[in-house]
Amino acid sequence: MTSPSLSAHSVAGHASVLVEARHVSQSYHKDSTVDLLVLDDVSLTLRSGEIVGLLGRSGSGKSTLLRLLAGLLAPTSGEVVWKGEELKGPADGVSMVFSSFALFPWMTVEENVALGLEAKGVTGEERDRLVQNAIDLIGLGGYENAWPKELSGGMQQRVGLARALVVQPDLLLMDEPFSALDVLTAENLRTDLVELWSEKKLPVQAMLVVTHNIEEAVLICDRIMIFSSNPGRIAHVLTVPFTHPRDREDPAFRQFVDHIYALMTQRAPIISEADLAVGVKQAVQATPSFIALPLVSITMMIGMMEALAAHPLDGRADLPVLAEKLQLELDDLFPLGESLELLGLAELEDGDILLTNDGVHFVLSDLEERKAILNHALFHHVPLVKMICTVLDERPSHSTNADRFRSALEEVMSPDYARLTLQTVVGWARFAELFDFDEEGDRFYLEEAVSE
Amino acid sequence: MKAGRAPDFSPSFQGPVTRLPPRHMTVVKVSLLVCLAGLAVLAGYSVNHTLAVPAPPLQTLLHLDILYLPDYAARTSLRMFIALGLSLAFSFLYATLAAKSRRAAQILVPLLDILHSIPALGFLGFTVAFFLGLFPGQSFGAELAVISTVFASQAWTMTSGMYHSLRTIPTELEEAARCFGLTSWQKFWRLDVPCAIPALVRNAMISMAGGWFVLVYSETIAVGHTRIALPGIGSYVGMALSQQNIGAVLAAILAMIGVILAYNQLLFRPLTVWASRFRLETTEQDAILTEPWMLRLLRRTHILRGGVDHLLSFLHRLASLPLGHRPGRTAPSQTLVSKRLSDGLWLSALGVIFLGAVKVVWGYGATAYTAEQILHVVILGFYTLLRVVSMLGLASLLWVPLGVWLGLNPARAQRAQMIVQSCAAFPANLLFPLFVATIIYVHLTPAVWLTPLLMLGAQWYIVFNVINGTASFPADLLEAGETFKVTGFLWWRKIILPGITPAYLTGVLAASGSAWNAAIAAEAVQWGHETLKVQGLGAYIAQATTDGDLSAAALGLAVMTLFILALNWLVWRPLSDYAYRRLKLI
Repeated sequence: MTSPSLSAHSVAGHASVLVEARHVSQSYHKDSTVDLLVLDDVSLTLRSGEIVGLLGRSGSGKSTLLRLLAGLLAPTSGEVVWKGEELKGPADGVSMVFSSFALFPWMTVEENVALGLEAKGVTGEERDRLVQNAIDLIGLGGYENAWPKELSGGMQQRVGLARALVVQPDLLLMDEPFSALDVLTAENLRTDLVELWSEKKLPVQAMLVVTHNIEEAVLICDRIMIFSSNPGRIAHVLTVPFTHPRDREDPAFRQFVDHIYALMTQRAPIISEADLAVGVKQAVQATPSFIALPLVSITMMIGMMEALAAHPLDGRADLPVLAEKLQLELDDLFPLGESLELLGLAELEDGDILLTNDGVHFVLSDLEERKAILNHALFHHVPLVKMICTVLDERPSHSTNADRFRSALEEVMSPDYARLTLQTVVGWARFAELFDFDEEGDRFYLEEAVSE
Repeated sequence: MKAGRAPDFSPSFQGPVTRLPPRHMTVVKVSLLVCLAGLAVLAGYSVNHTLAVPAPPLQTLLHLDILYLPDYAARTSLRMFIALGLSLAFSFLYATLAAKSRRAAQILVPLLDILHSIPALGFLGFTVAFFLGLFPGQSFGAELAVISTVFASQAWTMTSGMYHSLRTIPTELEEAARCFGLTSWQKFWRLDVPCAIPALVRNAMISMAGGWFVLVYSETIAVGHTRIALPGIGSYVGMALSQQNIGAVLAAILAMIGVILAYNQLLFRPLTVWASRFRLETTEQDAILTEPWMLRLLRRTHILRGGVDHLLSFLHRLASLPLGHRPGRTAPSQTLVSKRLSDGLWLSALGVIFLGAVKVVWGYGATAYTAEQILHVVILGFYTLLRVVSMLGLASLLWVPLGVWLGLNPARAQRAQMIVQSCAAFPANLLFPLFVATIIYVHLTPAVWLTPLLMLGAQWYIVFNVINGTASFPADLLEAGETFKVTGFLWWRKIILPGITPAYLTGVLAASGSAWNAAIAAEAVQWGHETLKVQGLGAYIAQATTDGDLSAAALGLAVMTLFILALNWLVWRPLSDYAYRRLKLI
């Protein structure tokens, strides 16, 4: 895993360490019978003067890590050190920007911005001056007395930024700050933010951005940590070799983005040597019989395959190109690609996706044949489907309670994922006419058995 | 009076669901019921021991002269206002405790469901005995008794609204508050309370109907030898009743309408509009709300505005006091083992309390009641059940078609909702005398003709929800029906009835609770020296209260609560669940 030319950026050697996560793990057991690991042994150091990006897919624990660093959550194991002392709660020098903006709808723009100051006991003229500075800095002048719901998403997030900056934090944490905005607004706000940062107008020493947008990470960050999912781990650390302002049309920039796509589609995430020693044994005994399936509809998969098969892609596409062509976000694109890969209809390779023979066959077939292909693929590639079918065949009633499968899934994943997985499986199985699901009775059954 | 959007009545249609969603029967609830009964018995003992002195009769001179009526109306409104304030304070404490502590929630949340099911009128005998025992012969004690009974009819609804809001505060707002270092006191006033305001206002309005009913009923009541007659609209009507003065009754009805209109115009309309600012949805739909004249007066009149501003800035400073502690991190989730262990300890502690309660209740029940007495009361309960159910059916037959007709046309629906709301707030028991007088003069059978009184107030819940459900039925679906020429019976069966069922059930649930409560007032009614009575649990409770036989009243109340809970758990809740799963329009 080498990133192209590590040379350009020079982090000042003497930059002070602001926050450090040491071997942090986080697990939870909400309604579940087993402890589920969300973050697994993550370490990270953040120095003043840098923008670090946490890049990963939903469910990779990157937002959890952000909240650990903010002092909002306490880690199950490991420790978070803020300026040399262990963090016990939200630290004074840390501010946060939320993806949903998290503005208080009953406070005006000005009151929202002043919130952090008032909590600190700053009042009167001092408060008004600081609020006005932050509002002017972030381009909100004239909006002081507006209610949040009167503002567009972009303006709302500017309020969120002003509110975070007014307390002059050392560290600014941003949780997917632009993901709720439309493309143009996000671009505009991002550019403004980066500009303020490079002109050293922001009263912060470092920023940490959580994002699932690869281009965004490369546009903003000096250093990018790529997370792998289930459980969340830092799989790769890349230093971005470009100076601000960055040009996304620059071939080197494109190549860097491509490289990240490739890293994120590698089948096996990075395996340390220690893992390798026992890896073989593990692979044999713990063949994961159940994996969490994302909620991917059959029509989206067909649409993707048809787009892939058609000219000019002709069965193979660069993922960033495909994402742009199909207007898909990372969180849509990867689950789609991986579902197709799971069913043996497509393969992911070096940031590309290509149709397999089965996939090509599928696209060329009529509906009945497509059902047959999917039927076969589901039965052979999805252990859960095979298990349900076996049980249904054995039972004289050709029907079985869904709850036992749900419990089986909850042994290895959170209840939410178990629910999604079952929902996905039912959707796929219905298309393939493998079996049906009765929501009221919470049971699977064979259609023919009823009509016979 | 140009209406903005009518203030909301049914929790399930706009904004967050404000009632406690789960009303299933659980082991916890059943045990809580027993514990509550045990507590009541213990309280009864201690009151009996300490306050055995018979209180001298409390007599306030009442005048039937119409000139006194404004004064009485003002006193009645003031009592309501105090009860509302108490309910609000109670909601703050109870809901916050339940929302912050998982353990407390395990008890407090199911307890709320039970308290919600106890007919408020049934409390009256006990509050009177208690407060007049504390303050014998003082009208202050009587005031407290009445106000706390009204409180019991309002507090639970408001509390469940607040609790639900607290539980649904968006995580990110909560994190923002913590991140910016708000202390627990600051967070309560800047985040928790604002989030709960829409639900509190809405639920306060919903519970007004029940509140007025209870207030009017309890202003004039005899518990054993203690006669309360607090100057107010209720006692005025009571007086008019005993003197068979129909003119005075009509005057009181007019005064009551005036009070309700005043509450609506001066308090709830401004509050509803103001509360819309605190709604969490960011949609711009509030723009339709016109500014009510009261709010405009407050906002635009210089002197008033100045006063309000001073008050607000004082409250603001109070809310910003750095009291309480800054919340730390969310503790790492306990491991499963330790969680199970502490849960086990907690449960066994509760179990011990439960067993103690069983012993107390059993001990008391065995000595105080005979099996025949209990059987008698249960049979009376079935009589009342029959009345409630038949009246619900009758009201549905009448109001579902009418409600659908009203709801299909938006303009008509809006006007109808306004009218229905005003009707709903009016305490139906003020109208009872008119019915009773008619029954006596026309010589009708009381057993039959007293029954509709149960529905006089309760029917509005059904009407309102049916109109609301029809009005919010998607126009697309109606048009789809029209395109396929679905008409007549098929249209009712396949399109509109399934569409309004969830709303209808919400209405029936509320109406059922209200009808049981009304039974206490409606099954035994007085006119002059004649008392019309029918066989029923309501009449039993009313009689026991009048006789001062608190032990019988407690039995009646317990049986009635059991009937209501059984109806909730076995009928309404499963039906609503089914409707929610299958018929909910997304």
